[in-house]
Amino acid sequence: MNPNYLDFEQPIAELQAKIDELRLVGDDHDGLNISEELEKLEEKSRTLTESIFSDLSAWQISQLARHPQRPYTLDYVEHIFDDFDELHGDRHFSDDQAIVGGIARIDGQPVMVIGHQKGREVKEKVARNFGMPRPEGYRKALRLMEMAERFSMPVMTFIDTPGAYPGIDAEERGQSEAIAFNLLKLSSLKTPVIATVIGEGGSGGALAIGVCDELLMLQYGTYSVISPEGCASILWKSAERASDAAKAMGITADRLSELGLVDQVVSEPLGGAHRDQALMAANLKKHLLETLEKLNGFSEEELLERRYERLMAYGINSEQ
Amino acid sequence: MSNWLEKIVPSLVRSETKRSNIPEGLWKKCPKCDAPLYRPELEKNLSVCPKCDHHMRLGARKRLEVFLDEQNRTEIAAEVEPVDRLKFKDSKKYKDRLTAAQKNTEEKDALVAMRGELNGQPVVAVAFEFQFMGGSMGAVVGERFVRAANISLAEGIPLICFAASGGARMQEALFSLMQMAKTSAVLERLKSKSIPYISVLTDPVYGGVSASLAMLGDLNIGEPKALVGFAGPRVIEQTVREKLPEGFQRSEFLLEHGQVDMIIHRHEMRERLDSILRKLTRQPDA
Repeated sequence: MNPNYLDFEQPIAELQAKIDELRLVGDDHDGLNISEELEKLEEKSRTLTESIFSDLSAWQISQLARHPQRPYTLDYVEHIFDDFDELHGDRHFSDDQAIVGGIARIDGQPVMVIGHQKGREVKEKVARNFGMPRPEGYRKALRLMEMAERFSMPVMTFIDTPGAYPGIDAEERGQSEAIAFNLLKLSSLKTPVIATVIGEGGSGGALAIGVCDELLMLQYGTYSVISPEGCASILWKSAERASDAAKAMGITADRLSELGLVDQVVSEPLGGAHRDQALMAANLKKHLLETLEKLNGFSEEELLERRYERLMAYGINSEQ
Repeated sequence: MSNWLEKIVPSLVRSETKRSNIPEGLWKKCPKCDAPLYRPELEKNLSVCPKCDHHMRLGARKRLEVFLDEQNRTEIAAEVEPVDRLKFKDSKKYKDRLTAAQKNTEEKDALVAMRGELNGQPVVAVAFEFQFMGGSMGAVVGERFVRAANISLAEGIPLICFAASGGARMQEALFSLMQMAKTSAVLERLKSKSIPYISVLTDPVYGGVSASLAMLGDLNIGEPKALVGFAGPRVIEQTVREKLPEGFQRSEFLLEHGQVDMIIHRHEMRERLDSILRKLTRQPDA
């Protein structure tokens, strides 16, 4: 099994292996019409990918959202923003590297960028705590949100976390309060807030930087109240039923958009964001700029009223 | 109170010997100290074990009944009822779980809200029903909480919440997560209007309820020994692979770590909150 491909992508991996093999052969036998054959196979691989990706299950999408090569917040920072100055620390306890943030420009306009950050290699994964913030991560985010408000900078957040860290130290320092206070603060932050789910939107740990004026979600991102494994082990008494839980909870961008919980679904390159980071980032940037322009059109009062009404409308049928 | 307690303790000791003659339903074993307790007496004692002082769980309606004055109570948003938007089904249908919970608790959902009075001062009080799907917060809990808070806002009267919840309701998926943001947003309005909000943490408070409305009080108050945290002890143990410290996530632990202002015994809740609220709202002492 090719580790660069997920299990449901193995037919693509096999075809790709054939293509690579043929390329090698091609160097030795100039006489054969290798290039024509290659082109045919590449086309076949594209069609196969299209067909597999046209009908992904919620569980397959969660695997894509957690793909080890999926672009993370700092990858998008590099592609989308200029002049990023990372700002560190919550000013109380430490600098939680599971959340990154700082000031940057998007098309010249100053903005505050805040996002979860996972690590790529083992050492970085540990330093970033697999993208699971502790209270000080949320308090750093809060500090940056308040700074953004002071300097009239829109806030752009990038969500990609399995959830807030469930650890003894996190509990001792008030994980619940840190999340709750961000929810309260974001609901009335006097500057536009745009949130994008770029990977995993894991519960309260995601929402703590996700209360916003416009919620974007990448096509193969997920957003849910509990991980499919967690839900399965509680409700089905078996983590093995994660795929059923993923389906039942409706955690995908398309489903959440149907339910009116997500405002924009940002489409991904064929095969997922990791197959073409630059293309992914360019598409996301387009969405962010359009959204920013729309939100900049509201007065502060209109913006806050609109955000509040959005929050109040969650979950209740109009006839009630 | 202590005289009264002394009176009932001997009667409990005596009754142990005649236990077999007494109908099962009249007796309850204290889950903490195993003492057999006579239900009517236990109820009079607000479900606090007279032997070991263990604070047992109290139903939402009972909680409001013993907290608010008898006069002038009106229920808020009772008409808001749950809807299975996702047609959620795990090993059981959500719809069936709702019906079973409703039958079992005689409540429509896990939050009861009332406008009433506390020693004559008007207040809004809400309480979670832990027996209703673990007090989990879905759209109805969020909506009822907001409507209760809106009455506080409209009348400028304090809001008190008695939380007891396992967290967000999984069967409502992302709708339930969004209730965290919704309830926190209305609490921001209370804060900006200087209307007191007191959050009383009763056993247990976890997850999405802990990480939203329950930790946002002007005062956060614990009942003795209540378990309160973000992640459950089992999840933490599995993650960190260490034994959890003694008393971890109890009210007393939260007090020590600066997350609650005080711990109040259930018997003193009315008087203490009345006194606190009168100071915050600049009223003379009762």
